[in-house]
Amino acid sequence: MVISEKLDRFFDEKMKEYPTQRSFLVPMLLYTQDELGYLTNEAIAHIAKKVDLTELEVRNVISYYSMLRTKPLGKYHVQVCTNISCMLRGGEEVFEHCKQRLGIGHKQATPDGLFSLEEVECIGACSWAPAVQVNYDFHENLTPEKMDAVLDQYSRKAKQ
Amino acid sequence: MADLVSHPDETRVVSQRFGKGAADINRHLELDGYKAVQKALQMQPDDIINEVKTSNLRGRGGAGFSTGMKWAFVPKQSDKPKYILVNGDESEPGTCKDRLILEHDPHSVIEGVVIAGLAVGAKVGYVYIRGEYRYLVDIMRKAIADAYAKGFLGKNIFGSGKDFDVHWHTGAGAYEVGEESALMESLEGKRGIPRIRPPFPAIVGLWGGPTVINNVETLASVPHIILMGGQKFADYGPPKNGGTRLFCLSGHINKPGVYELPLGYPLKKMIYEVGGGIPNGRKLKAVVPGGSSTFVLTAEEADQMNMDFDSFSKRGEFLGSGGVVVLDDQTCMVKFALRVMKFYQHESCGWCIPCREGTDWLKKTLTRFHAGGGLKKDIDNIKYLAQNMLGRTFCPLGDAAAIPTMSIVDKWRSEFEAHLEGRPCPFEPEGSRTISELPVIA
Ligand SMILES: Cc1cc2nc3c(=O)[nH]c(=O)nc-3n(C[C@H](O)[C@H](O)[C@H](O)COP(=O)(O)O)c2cc1C
Ligand code: SF4
Ligand code: FES
Repeated sequence: MVISEKLDRFFDEKMKEYPTQRSFLVPMLLYTQDELGYLTNEAIAHIAKKVDLTELEVRNVISYYSMLRTKPLGKYHVQVCTNISCMLRGGEEVFEHCKQRLGIGHKQATPDGLFSLEEVECIGACSWAPAVQVNYDFHENLTPEKMDAVLDQYSRKAKQ
Repeated sequence: MADLVSHPDETRVVSQRFGKGAADINRHLELDGYKAVQKALQMQPDDIINEVKTSNLRGRGGAGFSTGMKWAFVPKQSDKPKYILVNGDESEPGTCKDRLILEHDPHSVIEGVVIAGLAVGAKVGYVYIRGEYRYLVDIMRKAIADAYAKGFLGKNIFGSGKDFDVHWHTGAGAYEVGEESALMESLEGKRGIPRIRPPFPAIVGLWGGPTVINNVETLASVPHIILMGGQKFADYGPPKNGGTRLFCLSGHINKPGVYELPLGYPLKKMIYEVGGGIPNGRKLKAVVPGGSSTFVLTAEEADQMNMDFDSFSKRGEFLGSGGVVVLDDQTCMVKFALRVMKFYQHESCGWCIPCREGTDWLKKTLTRFHAGGGLKKDIDNIKYLAQNMLGRTFCPLGDAAAIPTMSIVDKWRSEFEAHLEGRPCPFEPEGSRTISELPVIA
């Protein structure tokens, strides 16, 4: 199985909620990525078959959405918002700090595969800026020091 | 998750259950939950629409279109199924209010969907939540499942003999998908390229069926309107601008947060009293009144503005999405314009040339300009380019990129001039970090 049976069954159930077969495609790609880390060739082929599209059509959809990826990134994907509300409260400094500390740039991963970094657009945390998402978890009202504590927390989590 | 704030001037309608654990269905029921939908089940569809018309509720997604009118456009007879689609893509920079509604009161959204469905004769609704908001997708999934378990959704809801289904859906990162026709494309499993209009979604929408698309906050207001009566809701705001609104205060402000205030609330009071003023003894320079797509106000203009749709539209401007971003006197407006343009360049779907090429040129010109490589003629060129995007694009994203740019060049021309002839940015003389390159849309 390319994806877990549980996920596959969940997709089958969800697909019934729509009148066309391809409708659930975007969430399906995102949940598959969450399970596998990225959208592998096998996963794309599997999903294409499920929704009765060609692989090319599925890749065409993948390329539109900024969260979807066809290459692996870090286990903890650090997404730093530098859009206006965050910029005004030090979001760029937080991003710069992450670059220094992790030794990587935008859309790169550390050699051990633990962390990757991305400068992102508004993540809906403007009133709690500057904000970062690590995978799906929000970290808000950050400073470079608080960012260190956040990264330390994930480093520790990885060792457990 | 996100901290809640409060201020005595707040009028809690949509936010009345925030912080009270109302994501739990039993708690929601204790707080008058699902009463409005039971009332609506006793009403004629036209009476529901009229109540919403009376409330003067206008779309909270940004455009401020009358919700009652939008519902009334849906044809009574239709061969194809009708749909309600909730826009929870919330991605307009400066806007973080739908997030709180989905987190604290997801059932109010479900209730709003069902009432909208009863009004227009739809039997199915979809709640589309942006991909980054996974924890909210999980909250909504549970809320929907709990509502089914209680018989509030599904077959024969509340024993009324009527059926109604609500489903959740999620995006995967794309601002443009918040545009209503791109939202439908995305829900149909495609790239978020907008559709040509007319036909409007109320006539031909999801899978060809008549579709009502409303923002999360718009629909979350509906149950309260049904319970309190349209007139009471209307009376909270000035004429034709009914109700309250969640304003998201951010930027250079002492007490950032999301506050529910009546429409028409003075911006000056919002900044200095509700938001506690500008930190570090600095002065106000500019205000983005409703997300990055709106005309930027000077401090003098901000002093005069009331926060309702018509106060802005009579100036040819927009109230926008509720995202109020405050900029102090140490902010470089050239850099600000550049950051805004980088966003639109990144998010342009590339379908039409003025937006795809215009945002790219403007980003490049502003980058060079901010770095000290600007020529005097660039200032007019920036404005000229923006002006020529306005009204010439396939969807309003092109306008959204042009509007802040034009207003910044017009109102802060002297700041552009201060960057000329290789001079360092006057606000960051040490040599600012040129904003790192965001990728061109993948
Ligand atoms: C580029 C673009 C992005 C948009 N993003 C959103 C959004 O994230 N959420 C939203 O509710 N409306 C958004 N809108 C407005 C929608 O197109 C639509 O007007 C709105 O969802 C209608 O709901 P309302 O009448 O309840 O406001 C966006 C519009 C444009 C042009
Ligand atoms: S205006 Fe921009 S986002 Fe809208 S259709 Fe044209 S290219 Fe796409
Ligand atoms: S601008 Fe950073 S979260 Fe909105």
